[in-house]
Amino acid sequence: MELTNYLVLSAILFSIGAATVLLRRNAIIVFMGIELMLNASNLAFVTFARMHGDLTGQVIAFFVMVVAAAEVVVGLAIIVSIFRTRRSASVDDANLLKN
Amino acid sequence: MIAQAAQTAAAAGTFVAPEVAWFALTPLIIVISAGVLGVLVESFVPAAHRRTVQVVMTMVALAAAFAVIVWQGVTWLGEGGPGGVVVFGGVLQLDGVALLFQGTIVLMAFFALAVVVDRTAVKQDAFTPSAASIPGSEHEELARRLGLVQTEVYPLLMFAVGGMMIFPAAGDLLTMFIALEVLSLPLYVLSGMARRRRLLSQEASFKYFVLGAFASAVFLFGAALLYGYSGSVRFDAIGRISGAVAQGGAPENWELLWLVGILMVISGLLFKVGAVPFQAWTPDVYQGAPTPITGFMAACTKVAAFGALLRLIYTGGFSGSIDMLEAVKVALWVVAIATMIVGTVVGATQTDIKRMLGYSSIAHAGFVLVGILSFNNAGIKAVIFYLLAYSLATIGAFAVITLVRETGPGGEVLGEATHLGQWAGLGRRSPWLATCFSIFLLSFAGIPLTAGFIAKFTAFSAAVEGSPLLGSGTVLAVIGVLASAVAVFFYIRVIVIMFFMPPTETVTEVVEVAEVPAEVLVGGEQIAMNPAQTSVVVATGAPAVVVVRSEGLSAATISIMAAGVLLLGIVPAPVLDLIARVTDVG
Repeated sequence: MELTNYLVLSAILFSIGAATVLLRRNAIIVFMGIELMLNASNLAFVTFARMHGDLTGQVIAFFVMVVAAAEVVVGLAIIVSIFRTRRSASVDDANLLKN
Repeated sequence: MIAQAAQTAAAAGTFVAPEVAWFALTPLIIVISAGVLGVLVESFVPAAHRRTVQVVMTMVALAAAFAVIVWQGVTWLGEGGPGGVVVFGGVLQLDGVALLFQGTIVLMAFFALAVVVDRTAVKQDAFTPSAASIPGSEHEELARRLGLVQTEVYPLLMFAVGGMMIFPAAGDLLTMFIALEVLSLPLYVLSGMARRRRLLSQEASFKYFVLGAFASAVFLFGAALLYGYSGSVRFDAIGRISGAVAQGGAPENWELLWLVGILMVISGLLFKVGAVPFQAWTPDVYQGAPTPITGFMAACTKVAAFGALLRLIYTGGFSGSIDMLEAVKVALWVVAIATMIVGTVVGATQTDIKRMLGYSSIAHAGFVLVGILSFNNAGIKAVIFYLLAYSLATIGAFAVITLVRETGPGGEVLGEATHLGQWAGLGRRSPWLATCFSIFLLSFAGIPLTAGFIAKFTAFSAAVEGSPLLGSGTVLAVIGVLASAVAVFFYIRVIVIMFFMPPTETVTEVVEVAEVPAEVLVGGEQIAMNPAQTSVVVATGAPAVVVVRSEGLSAATISIMAAGVLLLGIVPAPVLDLIARVTDVG
């Protein structure tokens, strides 16, 4: 199969992730959108690594996974602390700082 | 690079250990091990001593890191030095510019830490006693009564500083991405830990996290595209291949990959500096985060992110065919102009002092971008000087804000009085504080004899000079000057409020009224006529303001920053010379 297809898939996944972050209300779903964007980048890295016959891209994918895990820890902690206060995980309810 | 090493190792049949430039890594090792040790301190040191241990350890670590950076500078950039060191075959590029950025970050982090440490005369730091507790819950109240302290702040700060130090020295996109995350993740947590107005703080933390993670993902995808374009994540390699592609020989439209990639990577960095259209988080987070942390991230994050942007643009990552370069230049021009205009215009309408400084920092991001967009050597120097001047004034200004507090009806000291109206009469209440704050504001405004003026002057003149390849940025400089002129208005407005408006109510009056409610009740219908009663009404609407005494560290920081701002404004030559010498060598 053409390697380009994987790139197209990764671009589509990235766009879905970005749209999720920008459009959805639920903080957890927004968060999943971010994870989707990171994984789409991973797919692109691995595909390019295959195209170039170079291992760097695959190694980077591991680094990104670790970073994504760290981000989950921090992100969920913040979302949970907000949820416990307000009983809501909606992004729109967090609006005290608007002018 | 990794593939090559693996191949050579396989050919030789042995494992070749990489060479580690330990001396070059020493400042980083010091700062990050202070963070790791700080985590262990949390587990093993009894609660009573934790704060002292953490404070001493972090301050010593930052001071030591700064000393080593100076030592490195003397060794590498002095007579006969190598002019810089490359770590792990190019993962970190420790040249003169990187050392200047690291030095600025560590120095500013030290002073920001001094403000974080200061508990003021109230003997409470700016952080919640228990970040895990629900705001307003019994658990929180219990933690407060027990006098718990969240000393995790200090290791978190050290990790953030570590990431910031790697950021401007990164030689490839992967290192830059990791540095971006290492500096961001602690900041997300720190901004959610304010002692008071915790809902705002948690919300700020959440917004910062979501938008920050989004920006990192954009950065990462851009990095993937650049890797696909060039087969390498190293800036110099990307630059080399860009040169080859520009000569022809690559598939059609191959350069578009570069264009989209570099724009996405730059977007990720522009988010960190708070440039339009990625500025939405800045005022919210600046307002919601604990004020000492706001000072820290306003100054140090900006320095680090501009360092990274400078490295990306000036060291090879930024070299394609002239059409592509023009396209990126136009995009950055639009961003710079929009940033300056939004920062100054929206900033002028703000009534909250932290929010106002947030918009001011957006405007300053625009001014620094003007310096970067000069695309010449003078631009690099101007950017470094600008960031130094800006961070001096920023840390000082936020340190002042930590000392101006609201008081409750019983006279107890509450959170910061951030509404501009509450700053009325500060000049009479605390002339020293108001004078220092005015110096910082004048420096932000770019009035002569302050550091801000020299900074703006060097940045704009570098832009006017421009580069032979991409032309001059005179238009940008003109817009910059106009934007600064508008900005002067809102900085001066604060000075006028502080010095020439009478204070709304003094503290003592309110306390008296609060102590004699019985008399007022006996007075019956006279309540409404009683002038003292109206002062209570005013006080409940806008709580009275008091200037708390600092434990010493904040006061010292404010004085040093004010002195620094004036010194850089009156005799900038030594610092400008130093920056010029170091950047020319490295």
